[in-house]
Amino acid sequence: MQKKRILISALLLLPLPVLVTSLFVGIYSIDPFTVLSILAKRVSDPLGSAPWPEVYETIVFNIRMPRVLLALVGGIALSVSGASLQGVFRNPLVDTYILGVSAGAGLGAAIGIAYFAGIPGSVQFLSFAMGFAAFFTTYTVAKSKGETPVISLVLAGVIVTALFSAILSIIKFFTESEKLAGVVYWMMGSLAVTGWGPLSQTAPLILVGFAIVFLMRWRINVLSMGDEEAKALGVNVGRDRFVVLLASTLMVSAFVSVAGIIGWIGLVVPHTVRMLLGTPDNRVVVPVSASLGAVFLMVADDLARSVASFELPVGVITTLVGAPFFLYLLKLRGGSAWK
Amino acid sequence: MEVVRISGLELSYGDLFSVSADSLSVGGGEVLTLLGPNGSGKTTLLKCINALLKPSSGSIEICGRDILSYTRNELSRAIGYVPQSHTPSFPFSVLDVVLMGRVSYLSIFQQPSKADYRKAEEALSTVGISAMRDRPYTNISGGERQLVLIARAIAQEPKLLLLDEPTAHLDFRNQVTTLETVRRLSRERGIGVVMSLHDPNHALMYSDRIALMKGGRILHKGRPVDVVNEGTIEEVYGIPVEMIDHNGRKFILPRV
Repeated sequence: MQKKRILISALLLLPLPVLVTSLFVGIYSIDPFTVLSILAKRVSDPLGSAPWPEVYETIVFNIRMPRVLLALVGGIALSVSGASLQGVFRNPLVDTYILGVSAGAGLGAAIGIAYFAGIPGSVQFLSFAMGFAAFFTTYTVAKSKGETPVISLVLAGVIVTALFSAILSIIKFFTESEKLAGVVYWMMGSLAVTGWGPLSQTAPLILVGFAIVFLMRWRINVLSMGDEEAKALGVNVGRDRFVVLLASTLMVSAFVSVAGIIGWIGLVVPHTVRMLLGTPDNRVVVPVSASLGAVFLMVADDLARSVASFELPVGVITTLVGAPFFLYLLKLRGGSAWK
Repeated sequence: MEVVRISGLELSYGDLFSVSADSLSVGGGEVLTLLGPNGSGKTTLLKCINALLKPSSGSIEICGRDILSYTRNELSRAIGYVPQSHTPSFPFSVLDVVLMGRVSYLSIFQQPSKADYRKAEEALSTVGISAMRDRPYTNISGGERQLVLIARAIAQEPKLLLLDEPTAHLDFRNQVTTLETVRRLSRERGIGVVMSLHDPNHALMYSDRIALMKGGRILHKGRPVDVVNEGTIEEVYGIPVEMIDHNGRKFILPRV
């Protein structure tokens, strides 16, 4: 028990050192000591003169810092959404994008890139709005006689994903190659957005979604026992599940709209957390997933920025790391983690 | 006091099947058994009493109040429901499962408090399974799981306990343990019990009253000795049986 508490505390604090370390990474080489000095000076003596070029401060504060923070909140969004959806769908193999949010967001982004390239923020807005639209379509399609059974939601998610993907294909087909490259690159997922703007627009939405799921984390335990049982225990299943799905969609759409589609985090992180802690109790799984998801995406983005002389899409890295790791977990536990 | 009173209840699934029950009531500390073959409407009736199904006509009163006037929360504080046991998707500990019985006392964003933990622990010890508290619910036997679900229902602090075939899939010993526990809880705490059973002998041993069901109808109801006899059992199950008397206790045996 004591050991477990120490482990949980360590995992919850882990994002902090990873955040600082991530500030060391980038194309422009600034040694770690200088980065730390820049951070220290900003805290203790923001107006004083410094022995390093001014551009260093710009790089650390206006390029690296917002990017690392975006990775942090993005990791929270994807992993917490995964954990909560797995709970309400009573299935540990559910991914963040099961409700069609990624297909919707992708379509929105493609429309923005292909037809509204001149309007600033249009890609982000359209992708966010379409991600939400996809969720509402899924939910409406799944609803019948005032109930939304889990199986209907899953099937509706598959249908909506297929439809939105087909429309996306049509748009890609009629898009000239230069813009098409933009669409393809967007789909791969990247955190190479500049400055504080996108972060300040998405982070609050993600934090609101996270707060809702965090407060409902125990109730998600009850929802995971099945509709009828939860209902008999006194849960308003329809309402509570809708609130969880809405919060999850809010987080994911907000993040995807600036970063594109980054896969595997929502699946891998909550699983790893359940195995590490040896419990499916969402009261610890949700916060620890948030922390480990943040760490995973920050590290993946560090790799994306540093393994090659050019930048790799971070979505490719999360898949390349996530998929084999998942396989490893599967082999290690012989599937017993799902029983 | 009557904890449940059913009058003129009628529920139909299309034209195929309907279930009805009239003037059926259960008092505190009393055990009513719904006895009958598969598909006789026992589970449907239980679900109506728990408002999981809505009857097309008739009324159900819980503790003297119409069931329709209850919110889901209020109802779950009055009625503990023990479903047929199943394996859940996630390996929660026994204590965590029992703790879920407290959800109707908490608001949507609330976490269980120390007091809720105390109630859950109490429920575990009432049922006599405190030693199991930290074991994963997915890795215990069917009989133990049934007791955990009963403890969870007790954590709801109900006036009425509904059990859907609590002895299904259990071995001989666990069947007896489960039914003994149910009757003891009913007596000790004055909880009214409605349960469905398959075995006429269990019904004879553990019920205060029996409602004998077939094809969605209650054919006979009353005290066990009045309801269960060769004629009624043959009528409901459609096989020849004989009734024997042993030390003043009655048993139904299939005639072979």
